[in-house]
Amino acid sequence: MSAPVPSPQEAETLKALLQGDEAAFSALVETYYSPLLRLAMAHVPSQAVAEEVVQETWLGVLEGLPKFEGRSSLKTWIFRILINRAKTRGIRERRYEPLSHGFLDDEGNEQPEQEYFLASGPMSDHWAVLPQSWDAATPERLLLSKESRTQIDAAIASLPPTQRHVITLRDVEGFTSLEVCNILDLTETNQRVLLHRARSRSERYWSPMCKDLT
Amino acid sequence: MTSKLKQALMSYMAGNMTCKAVTNVITDYLEGALPFWDWVRFHMHLGMCFGCRNYLRQMKQTIKTLEKLPSEPMPPAIRDELLKRFKDWKR
Repeated sequence: MSAPVPSPQEAETLKALLQGDEAAFSALVETYYSPLLRLAMAHVPSQAVAEEVVQETWLGVLEGLPKFEGRSSLKTWIFRILINRAKTRGIRERRYEPLSHGFLDDEGNEQPEQEYFLASGPMSDHWAVLPQSWDAATPERLLLSKESRTQIDAAIASLPPTQRHVITLRDVEGFTSLEVCNILDLTETNQRVLLHRARSRSERYWSPMCKDLT
Repeated sequence: MTSKLKQALMSYMAGNMTCKAVTNVITDYLEGALPFWDWVRFHMHLGMCFGCRNYLRQMKQTIKTLEKLPSEPMPPAIRDELLKRFKDWKR
């Protein structure tokens, strides 16, 4: 799969940046701040360090801009710079021990556990205990309570880095699967597998909380 | 009809897609990447399985929750610093 070249809109932005258009730069920095910060967080120990990585990324962007050849989209290029810098920074941070993911890694299986399903008989691999329905207002209620917000963040933070990147870009930040494939250099299938694991784990992580809501 | 027999019959009619199989392909389904006959079996299973209907709803609510997470606001100090760097870069 070839990375798409800059869109006409991006070509405009690129031109404006090279001409020193402050408003164009400011708008771009603003638009990408949240996704860039969230991606950096997957590699470094604190938000303060992640903020530094985002700033370094923009300096790297400015440095590389005159030589940017448009072989990928501008967006892809910027996010790849961020990921490289965040990884380097994460390794350099001596104090930082990668979070323990328990039995998980990017290869880890993230379906509901086998014990959720019947092990034998004519109904094997069907639910042992039926999933309960969650309150219809679950998303809103989860986000309103400070306690459950902490749990949501903890669930995302517990994911292996690539899964965390995929779920952050796709679900939290609303990127398309093609954009995510290009940024992370994944095939469509691989991206879907990682998204599946990340979503399944999140669902399982905060399921007990949601049952309490009803 | 005993409930066990009924369940077995329902399982057969659902084209033998198990609940576990449904949970395995749920993202493929939501991404529109399920091959046609799997899509049919998925729906047949869902039509008969209360648990999987709930599971699908939970997955959708999970995604919706993620979508609704507020953006990280950019601290003004960072914006100012970057704009300053941009002005320097321009020269």
